[in-house]
Order: sequence, then structure tokens, then C-alpha cells
Amino acid sequence: MWRYIGKRILMFIPTVILMSLLIFFIMQLPEGDYVSSYVSRMQAEGEFFSQEDIDALRQEYGLDDNWVVRYGKWVWKIVTKGDFGYSFAYGKPVWNVIKSRLGLTIAVSLTIMAFTYLVSLPIGIYSSLHQYSAGDYFFSAIGFLGMATPNFLLAIILMYASFKLTGDPLLGLFDSEMLQNGVHLYNFGRFLKRMIIPTIVIGTSGTCGVIRTVRSQMLDELTQQYTLTARAKGVSEATITYKYCLRAALNPVASGLAGSLSSIFSGSTISAIVMNLAILGPMLYEALQVQDTYLSGTILLTQAVLVVIGTLLSDILLAWLDPRIRYEKGRG
Amino acid sequence: MNLFHKKAKTDEDYYLASQWKLMARKLSHHKLARFSLILLAILYLLALFAPFVAPYSLEAYDSTYKNSKPATVHFFDEDGAFVGPYIYAMTYVNNPETFKRDWSEDTSEKYYVKLFVEGEEYKLLGIFTTNIHLYGVVGEYGGTSAKLMIFGGDSLGRDLFSRMLYGSQISLTIPLVGTLLSFIMGIILGSISGYFGGWIDDIIQRIIEVLSALPTIPLWMALSAAIPASVPVARMYLYITVIISFISWTGLARVVRGKFISLKNEEFIMAAQVAGVSSAKIMMKHMVPGFMSYLIVNLTLGIPSMIIGETSMSFLGLGMRAPATSWGVLLQETQDITSVAQYPWRLIPLGAVILTVLAFNFLGDGVRDAADPYK
Repeated sequence: MWRYIGKRILMFIPTVILMSLLIFFIMQLPEGDYVSSYVSRMQAEGEFFSQEDIDALRQEYGLDDNWVVRYGKWVWKIVTKGDFGYSFAYGKPVWNVIKSRLGLTIAVSLTIMAFTYLVSLPIGIYSSLHQYSAGDYFFSAIGFLGMATPNFLLAIILMYASFKLTGDPLLGLFDSEMLQNGVHLYNFGRFLKRMIIPTIVIGTSGTCGVIRTVRSQMLDELTQQYTLTARAKGVSEATITYKYCLRAALNPVASGLAGSLSSIFSGSTISAIVMNLAILGPMLYEALQVQDTYLSGTILLTQAVLVVIGTLLSDILLAWLDPRIRYEKGRG
Repeated sequence: MNLFHKKAKTDEDYYLASQWKLMARKLSHHKLARFSLILLAILYLLALFAPFVAPYSLEAYDSTYKNSKPATVHFFDEDGAFVGPYIYAMTYVNNPETFKRDWSEDTSEKYYVKLFVEGEEYKLLGIFTTNIHLYGVVGEYGGTSAKLMIFGGDSLGRDLFSRMLYGSQISLTIPLVGTLLSFIMGIILGSISGYFGGWIDDIIQRIIEVLSALPTIPLWMALSAAIPASVPVARMYLYITVIISFISWTGLARVVRGKFISLKNEEFIMAAQVAGVSSAKIMMKHMVPGFMSYLIVNLTLGIPSMIIGETSMSFLGLGMRAPATSWGVLLQETQDITSVAQYPWRLIPLGAVILTVLAFNFLGDGVRDAADPYK
């Protein structure tokens, strides 16, 4: 087991290197760079730039090098100093810019993940035990609708509903009072209230997927020979369901854990832009628009690394959950 | 002898039927899948004949219909007698408090909805020039010609229904072309990886791992930010399709690789190798057909996420951009809540997105069941 984990962590290194290379390559694909997009925006507002000004700016930001050289410098600084580069748009080191949002992103993502599994596991089990009942059909219908509706539009519809019902569209994670004084115990309830819509919106599509997986897995397990044997020798239904079948049915759910983290990042990006949440997604969107290369690159890289870590954790969880999967003999 | 006599279905037919025939037979018994297939066929036909079905062209506007409410089609006149479909012209007064237009119907004159009316000229299927549209109203109202906007008008006074039809030409074909691209990439890379193994396999697997760890939408956003703003529509379409298929091939390649590894030690493959068949031919002729049905299931189930992806990107202005029109572009007008609150009919394209995604999902489920030999 430990050897397996060690091997996985070693494999992590080339993956991250390849990832950073790919991300950096994509980031420099757009024509021009931060300076040219900055200059054209400023010129649109009536500012004047001479060629010397532009050259000086480019020099200052180190944009004249070839992208491979810039990539090398970037990685070198990350590895040696933990410096992820400089955000042109914020005028601060990238890490300082994303630090606060990173924590919030992880918190929001974990909340959504918890919501996803807390809601979908019981529903999935219920639907499989009561196949073709009214409840099963109801949840299936909701599930399909949730999967088919793009997240961001669900966000708009829910915010509109909230606006109609309470007069407050619940835009953003913090209200004006919280922005001034920070989140404390006394206003934590209001913060939670503001988490409701994002959680539902971003969590729904994942929830529907897990419900369908659990339901079909459970249905498969419930008709297996071993279930029949257990029932024949008088094992109680609860034990059959929760100790035998559920345990076997959880495998694909556990291995999908990292995938669901990735889809939460994915789904939260656009919804967060619509709902004005202070997490990484909207920041990435802005950074891409002004070609703030290092900022957008770092955000993408952070998300990808988190997903890779999630994959590692879910593989370990899988090995722990399923005694049939063992890695000691070097068969990864 | 009657040539049109239907051949009776016998047991023999069943045993002689090919794999594809069996699949088609099972699929036709799957009610939801059959219904979805018909629905999708209708949607694609509408997209194909969009200029004919749409009463107005993509850019035709009438400022009197700016943000107009969807027209109500009446069937009965004031006395309750059936007179066929007709509408009243929409008229508005500017509300001094909300600054929006309050719409009402001007009941002074009826405009009957007619089939095959003459309108703007267009080229049907890119070949025939004609000016006949499927339906429309004839007549004058307030100085301009009367218009029938069954889904209302947008902020420039263009007919939302017509624009949805034109938009479907993009929204419905991008996932198909994207699927085709990722299908080709997935099969080629997956089979190379699985057939040769060794370091080639290692490299391809690492690439797949990297690509699938990157969250989809952020990566799409980053890639489409690289599209210059001024590219022509056709090129933009190509770029977006490539971007969308850029990620989805990885899952397919994994499946193909797994199947290849399990198939390559089979005796019939060894026989082919001994007989001197080339590697490429063994892969494409002997191995791929063995799991084709599985691939098709995978592809059908992958289409919905492509539709949602394209819609999301266009919604943010990172995908298709005006003058190109897709459902996502149309939904850009719903970006803020005030616009949804005031003009809720702007959400109608969302209905089209949901319907299409659901239909593809159900079809995919049906195909999966049909392809499963144990069911």
C-alpha cells in the first residue's frame, strides 16, 4: 500500500511538469500580450503611448523573451522561491492575488461536494430499492432536468426566484456588511444563506450524475447471486443493502471523486461569473480577457494540481474501500 | 405474386440478423429513445430548412418590435366562431415609471397567419433562390409591414424564433462535428497506445492524464481566448469545434486502449499477424469493429456536454460571437437578472437547449441498452 502511494506521488511530478508546459503554451497562444492589450484599452480611453513607452513596459514585464524562455524562468522561480510570477493587472505577485480566493474556492468546492454526496447517496439508494416507484420516477425526472440545464441559467432562474420572493437576488457570497467587517460568528448564518443558491446550482449536475451511478450500481448488485444467497440464509435486508450491496456499489462513486472535483471547478466557473462569487473562476475569466498570463496560468495550474491530488486521494480511498483492489505486488 | 407483400418475420431472420440489425430492432422497442430520435430528426430538419421555416432573416429587424412580447395566436373571433389562426398587431406605450414598453394588442384589425407567404429572398440549401416562407402574416400596420413574432423580439427588434432556427444550425452541428473529430482522434491515439504498448503507450497515457485533469470549462475558456476577435464565422466555427473535441477524445482513447489490450492477445489477431496483415489493417479491420457499438454509445452520451459547453462559452462571449448566432449567443441577453425579470421570453432558447440535451441523453441510454448483448 505505502509503496503504491509512493509510486503514485512520484508519477505526480512528470504530470505536473507536462501540465504547466501545456498551460503556459495555451496562455501565450493569443495574439499580443498584456502590454498590447493594455495599450489598446488605454488608447480607447484617450491615453497616448509612444513606442518608447510601450517598449519600456514590455521590458519591465519581461515580455520580449521567447515563450520557452519565459516558461523556464517561471518554473524556476516557482520551484526555487515559490514565486508564481507577477500579475500585471493587479500589480502584485500572483500568489498574493489568488491566496484569499483559493481558500474560498476550496471551501466552496468542498461544501458543494459534501452536498452532492449527502443528497445523492440516499436518493440513489432509495431509487434502487424502490425501482419504478413514483419517487424513483420523480427523482429521475429531476435528475435528467438538472443534467440538461446549463448551470449558469439555473443560477439566473434561482436568483430571479429569490428576488421575486424575498426582494434580494442573493448576489455574491458576502453582503455589504460582511465585506466591511468580515465573516464572523454573528453573521455566519447570513453567509450560509448566500451559499444556498451556489451550492444548489453548482452541485445539481454532479448530484444527478451520482444518483444515476448509485442507482444503476445498486440495481446490479441487488440482483447478484450473492445477494440471493444472503437473503436465502436469512440475513436481514438492512445488512444486505448497506453492508453488502452498498459497499460494492460505492466503488465507481469513489473513483469518480476526483472527476467530480474537476467538474465542480468547471461548473463553478461560469456560474460564479453569473452569480458574482469571489472565487477563482471569475478571476480566471478576467485574467484571460486582459491577457494577464501569469495569473491565468497559475489559476489553471492550481485547479489542475488540486484535481490530480483528488485523483490520488480517490485511488487510495478505493484501495481502502475495496479489498479486491490491492497494489502491493507492484501491479499498479 | 405480390411484390409488395411484406415478408413475414421468422425466427430465422432473428438468428441471421447482423449485430447492427439487432441493435436497430432493440432500439426501436425503446420508447423514449425512439421518441428522442424522432424529436432530434425534427430539430435537425428545422435547422436544415431554417431559412424556409423562419419567417424573417437572421438580421432583419423592426424597431417597433424592440423587446416585443411573444404574439398570441388566436383561433376564434369575438363571437367564439372558429376563423383560423390570426394575430393582432402589437402596440406599446412607454411606461413613464419603468421606462419599458407596455405591450398590448391592437384589436382593430386581424392579420391571418398564412402558409407559404412571400418574404425576403434566400437560398434554400444553398441552391434554390426563392422568397417563399413557411408561414407569415400579410398586411400593413403603422407604416411598416405587420410582423408575427411568436417568441417575441430581441433588443434590436429581431424575431427570436427566426434567430433560434438560424442559431440551431450552429448549436446542433458543432457537437456532431466535434464528436466526429474526437472520434477520429480517440480511435487513432487509443489504438496506437493499446496496440504497441511500451513507451508510446506511456507517453500517450501521460498526455491523456494531463488533459483530463484540467477542468474542462476553464481550459475551453483559455483556448477560446486565443481566437482573435475578428476571424470570419466559418473559421470561428472550426476553432470552436476543435477546442470542444480537444478534451473529449481522451475518454474515448482510454476505452479504445483498454479494448485493444484485451483483444490483442486473441487468437484471430495472431492469425492475422502470421498471415502478414499490416498493423494498420489489423487495427482498423479486425479490432475496431469488435467494439464499435461501445464507441457509439460513448459518443452519443458525450454529445450533451458538448452542447452545454458550446452554449456556456457563447454565453460568456468566448464561443461563437455575433454576427454568428447560436443558442448561447441568443442567451447572452439573459446575462443579468433585470433583463430576465423584464423579458422572460428571452429564456426560450434555453428550452431548446434542454430539449436537445435530454433527447441526446435518452437516445444515448437507448443505444446503450440496445448495444448490450446481455439485455
